Amino acid sequence: MRQFKGRVIVPGTCSAEALVSRGGFNTLASYQMALMFGDKAVKCGDQNNPDIYKKPMLGKALCLPMTIGSTTGGMILYAACSMGKQPACMLFSEPIDSLAASGAILGDVWTEAKMPVVDTLGGEFLDYVRSGMTVTVKEDGVVEVE
Amino acid sequence: MILTPEQQALLDGSRGETMAKVVKTLVMYGDAFGAERMVPVTSRYGHTVISFGLKAIKPVYELYDQLLDGGLASAQKFTADPRPLDPKVPSSLLEDIVFKKIMYTDQKPYEEQLRRLGITSDDGYTCTCYLDEVGNKPNEGEVLSWAESSAVVYANSVLGARCNRNSGIIELMGSIAGFVPEFGLLTDEGRKASWVVEVRCSKRPEAQLLGSAVGMKVMEDVPYVKGLDRWLGTELTDEACAYLKDFGAATASNGAVGLYHIENLTPEAKKQGEALLREGAQLYVIDDAELERVKQSYPVVWKDPEAKPQLCFIGCPHLSTSQLISWADRIEAALRENGLGKVTVPTVFTASAPVLKALEKTVYASKLRSYGVILSYICPLMYMNNPLCKKKAVITCSNKLRTYTSARYYTEDEILAIITAKEAAK
Repeated sequence: MRQFKGRVIVPGTCSAEALVSRGGFNTLASYQMALMFGDKAVKCGDQNNPDIYKKPMLGKALCLPMTIGSTTGGMILYAACSMGKQPACMLFSEPIDSLAASGAILGDVWTEAKMPVVDTLGGEFLDYVRSGMTVTVKEDGVVEVE
Repeated sequence: MILTPEQQALLDGSRGETMAKVVKTLVMYGDAFGAERMVPVTSRYGHTVISFGLKAIKPVYELYDQLLDGGLASAQKFTADPRPLDPKVPSSLLEDIVFKKIMYTDQKPYEEQLRRLGITSDDGYTCTCYLDEVGNKPNEGEVLSWAESSAVVYANSVLGARCNRNSGIIELMGSIAGFVPEFGLLTDEGRKASWVVEVRCSKRPEAQLLGSAVGMKVMEDVPYVKGLDRWLGTELTDEACAYLKDFGAATASNGAVGLYHIENLTPEAKKQGEALLREGAQLYVIDDAELERVKQSYPVVWKDPEAKPQLCFIGCPHLSTSQLISWADRIEAALRENGLGKVTVPTVFTASAPVLKALEKTVYASKLRSYGVILSYICPLMYMNNPLCKKKAVITCSNKLRTYTSARYYTEDEILAIITAKEAAK
């Protein structure tokens, strides 16, 4: 088990199975089909992301460097939170980007969803964590991976 | 963050609970990036990325109802991204059912919401709001509250305005409040480049391919591009602006670029030159081989990779008038050379309604129609956002459309050859 310390963007705690995107996570490309056609597992639809393409995202600890792509990204995350289709948490190795921050904050202020978000966990975090590992997020931004 | 007494009062509920939540959202947004204050939005107009009444994102419209019920509207008029539907664009009976009965069922009520919130007009739907014909063209140095990645990167880079890569909803909240948190691309420091991109190609690189390569490499960083002025010149002509529009859209969708500088061409690069470079900026050299490597890396996600193209979209982001005219001339020459009267693949050119209206005053609109080209204000990305399109062999020279849909990317020359081939290419 290893511990990593990051910065809390949206507070909260959770424990969930990791889903790791080593490249930028394209929020629109990842979510659009799943949201539009009611995919219960919320499978990733981004054909350019071989790490997580077609893998279920619902309830997973989404580990990523940053989000990329369309500026609908935050709105998509907000909609996912409103519909209960958000990941269990979002864990960024890099400082959070403006689109992901928007989505996370909109979800926190305007919905009942609980999706802890921690950023700046560092490159080592992303090097260490593998899809399928168990990730625990603490209130103070400590993330345990085992 | 230090708020002015007026901003603090809003946060404390002086204009009601909904406005307080709007300001709280903006404060949290700024806090995430270390913003120390709010700055006024100084552009005349806003721009929103959400132009579609998509059943799947009903929570967004419910939130907008909350805003309207709270007596809030945008403090500035705004434009919006293109509409997702246009009856002129070919679609099957099944697609029509999916579009109208399943996907875009909320289009009319959402457009009514936008009217109440403050959209400029019924013609205000385009991703190229900054073109002269549309009229939402900010001045250098103005602070914007926009979303739409291709418009934001253009406004920052080509016009020298200041805007972060805001998300949909947040951009509207900035326009409602009339202020936005000051961080990132709103600051001098945030506009400095941490990459030098040296273009060493043997001919003018395809804008959408070059942008893709840059976006994939630098991600959200600011690149300073050297060597492009060799082909684009040192003045922002219509042709250069159209090139930069497409280049920027690819950097923003294939990566997360919100600002680029082109040496000797874009406003800040012209004024400040290499003073815009951060210490220790990384180098990325792009030559013909690198562009080919990037192009070959694109996955082909058609069900049948050998399928004959069924539809071609050109214009994501929307085409400018000069691009439409250039395409008309190129198609005319290619058809003549091949002894054809019309394109051999159904082809849709997309542009804003004001640009299409302006084109109608020239010979080129009727020319393009006579070649079989459909002119539409549609958003091709929204059109293709459904599983039925995965079975359709759609081709495009837009790297943004390729990124988000199953459309297959070809260069402009390749597209021209395919749509004017005697027998549509396999």
